[in-house]
Amino acid sequence: MAEILLRSKGSIGIMVEAEVICPDIFAAKKKEEIEELLVWQGPMQLPLAEFFDVDARSTGGSPEDTRPEETSIIIEGDVSRVKRIGQSMKAGRIEIHGSAGMHLGAEMAGGSILVRGDARSWAGREMKGGLLHILGNGADHVGCAYRGSWRGMTGGEIRIDGSARSQLGGGLVGGQIVVAGNVENFCGIRQSGGLIVVKGSAVRAAGAEMNGGTIAVCKAIRQFSPGFIVAGHEENPKLGDMQLEGLFTKFTGDYALGKNPKGSLYCRED
Amino acid sequence: MAAANITTANTTIIRNGYVFDPLNGINGDVKDIFIRDGKVVSSLTGPEIRDAKIIDASGKTVMPGGVDSHSHVAGAKVNAGRLMRPEDHYKSVRTKTDICHCGSGYTVPSVYKQGYDYAAMGYTTVFEAAMPPLEARHTHEEMRSTPILDMGAYMVLGNNWFVMRYLKEGDIEKAAAYVAWMMRTHKAYGIKCVNPAGVENWGWAKNVHGLDEPNIHFEVTPRELIRGLAEVNEMLGLPMSLHLHTNNLGHPGNWEIARDSLMIPSGIEPKNRSELEWAETKESARRKQTLYLAHAQFSAYGGTSWRDFCSGAPELAKYINQVDDVVIDSGSVPFGPATTMTGDGPGQHDLYMITGQKWSNCDVEMECGSGVLSLVYMKSSPVHSVQWAIGLEVMLLINDPWKTIMTTDHPNGGIFTQYPQLITWLMSKKARDETAKECHKWAYDKSSLGGVDREMSLYEMAIVTRANPARTIGMAYRKGHLGEGADGDVTVYDIDPGKLNLNDTATLMAKLARPDYTVKDGRIVARQGEIVSVPEGRRYYCRPYVDDAIEKEMLSDVKDWFKYYTVGFANYPVPDKYLKNPVAIQVNKPLEAEALVGR
Repeated sequence: MAEILLRSKGSIGIMVEAEVICPDIFAAKKKEEIEELLVWQGPMQLPLAEFFDVDARSTGGSPEDTRPEETSIIIEGDVSRVKRIGQSMKAGRIEIHGSAGMHLGAEMAGGSILVRGDARSWAGREMKGGLLHILGNGADHVGCAYRGSWRGMTGGEIRIDGSARSQLGGGLVGGQIVVAGNVENFCGIRQSGGLIVVKGSAVRAAGAEMNGGTIAVCKAIRQFSPGFIVAGHEENPKLGDMQLEGLFTKFTGDYALGKNPKGSLYCRED
Repeated sequence: MAAANITTANTTIIRNGYVFDPLNGINGDVKDIFIRDGKVVSSLTGPEIRDAKIIDASGKTVMPGGVDSHSHVAGAKVNAGRLMRPEDHYKSVRTKTDICHCGSGYTVPSVYKQGYDYAAMGYTTVFEAAMPPLEARHTHEEMRSTPILDMGAYMVLGNNWFVMRYLKEGDIEKAAAYVAWMMRTHKAYGIKCVNPAGVENWGWAKNVHGLDEPNIHFEVTPRELIRGLAEVNEMLGLPMSLHLHTNNLGHPGNWEIARDSLMIPSGIEPKNRSELEWAETKESARRKQTLYLAHAQFSAYGGTSWRDFCSGAPELAKYINQVDDVVIDSGSVPFGPATTMTGDGPGQHDLYMITGQKWSNCDVEMECGSGVLSLVYMKSSPVHSVQWAIGLEVMLLINDPWKTIMTTDHPNGGIFTQYPQLITWLMSKKARDETAKECHKWAYDKSSLGGVDREMSLYEMAIVTRANPARTIGMAYRKGHLGEGADGDVTVYDIDPGKLNLNDTATLMAKLARPDYTVKDGRIVARQGEIVSVPEGRRYYCRPYVDDAIEKEMLSDVKDWFKYYTVGFANYPVPDKYLKNPVAIQVNKPLEAEALVGR
């Protein structure tokens, strides 16, 4: 098993586009090769070593096994101005001891990412598989479709131990997103499948224009979307493999979008 | 100065290729192609041969440069498609090189990317299929910025207030005078007629559904407009015939109205009165048709609703097989993302109501309308699977390839970069059967495609992608063949016709997508998909003339109604500076003595 340590060299001015920080790309590469990988900063392409000290070591197992599955990337320091870490990754592991920049794990299809701090907007954008776990807070557009697109996350799992902001799970097609804290506006907008569970509260219009899939908000939705009607009441509902506690009202919607919408919105009573 | 831009390396020889040049009856013969100063010649002198750039095409397929006679590549609706679809751009990016601009966009690429992608695929000539007069400036601006390609645009006139008024009054002479003036004013190449009478009704949220249904206010019928514009076209003697987008397009059961529309211009003589020097061809390079049907796939639907939807292509093809005055382009559907864009505003609204996709719509005052919508054609969809089948049926059931042109109605049915895929389906029944297995079963159950054994040859491919599009739009005086005097536009594919393996469609597709060489005016512009030089293309338009007295009368009517426009009369025309390398084609006896520009 290979472990690659990236230590941030200090504060970064213009944000860096670093989709090369990915186990699939790092796998089977020597320290020097990783240092030479190019990243964009504004109009310039610079080697990764410009921003990070790189350290590579083998941590048990067969040193010949250089598959991405056996590759871990550990990032130390604040990388909140480094974008696209783990973009399109298919296997392996990334652990960030600090906060991550925009588009963390965008379009990832497998493997896992753990962030010990916060993640900026677009974390898990259009994710297809794997696990993205943010111990701090997420920002806007977590697991969301990109601008203009109507197909967001299609598979995998996002866990946020803190809170997230607006448009979490926008255009969600599949997979699940669990937020321990609160969300803001338009959580699950245009959702057509998959599951969103918010343990805290939502500000406004959860499930707007949803046509499928499930959203559960365990505390209040401050401004409820008008296109939903009550479909029943459920005690301790089980959604996917998530067991919720308490009495929930189940709504169907969003009728603003069409005559026969198939979205389910659970909201805890009391 | 314009001419300086298109100066080419003096002489080029394309040696020993298997040449497919249908307008000269050449079917895979091993031949050398000689090009001097950008034009095909029959021989070169000794010193010229010594200095010539030699392209070794031994064991390879040589065809004239590709000609796309119906594509949406410039203008307001194309740009609306770009603006409303950021998701179409961020995953399809082309980086800058020393000679090329950067660009982005998959279904609706930026102008630069469009030019490079067409050239990399072996195409050198592309015509924009719908230019609203008021958007002519925008269209010319985008064509001016498109690299490499020779281009022109058809002007949308089927719902124009003046045309409707004159045809209602039965004043065909004034209608012709108006059309002639409009073509000169807006630098248009041909006449396009979109959902005649219907788009005008769209201003009142209505449409027309029958050929004899008069529209609101003007009370003119689709039949009167089609007949009238076809007559005007031949009175003026334009290089191309009327180009028709039928009523009820995209609706189940529309094959009948499409067939009846094709009958309307029957009996009119095709007349091309353009004053041009014609390159030498063995077959006649002059069009025979008086009606060129756009994207037949969208007009060949059977059934009565989407529930009993089926192909109407066999019936439509049966009629076209009987007549000689119709040419179609296919508007085939190769599956995947598309952006539908058309002047048929009500048609697009219907599509929006079905799909719920994001949609944009526009009324072009006094002239026409348009709509744009994003769409994904899916093999899992029953309707899309039948559309795929129809798009191939219209090519294969019409027996004479000189009546068909292969298009995707880019980007409506599919993207022009999917042409190689389309060619493999037309050339291989096995490829069709394999795709049908991946489709919804309606693909073969609701069409006749499963029973069609025809496989097109490379010669037929050269007809439907080069010779016929050029002939149909009157460009075969210089495009679509390799006779003496033709433009030195050549595509060299790394395909040995003797070793053509139709079981390996992936390889064939890759070779069609990335020809070894694309040569334009004798100069190599693309080499195995890489752009190696970026010459500026030409812009073709027609300058038809009518009698002075009628023109004066007509202009006084136009000025009278100009108060309804939000633009001033003086600001209406497209100034010359909007065209780079213009080629004005004089039609009818020109009243002003003006030399042809940029020949």
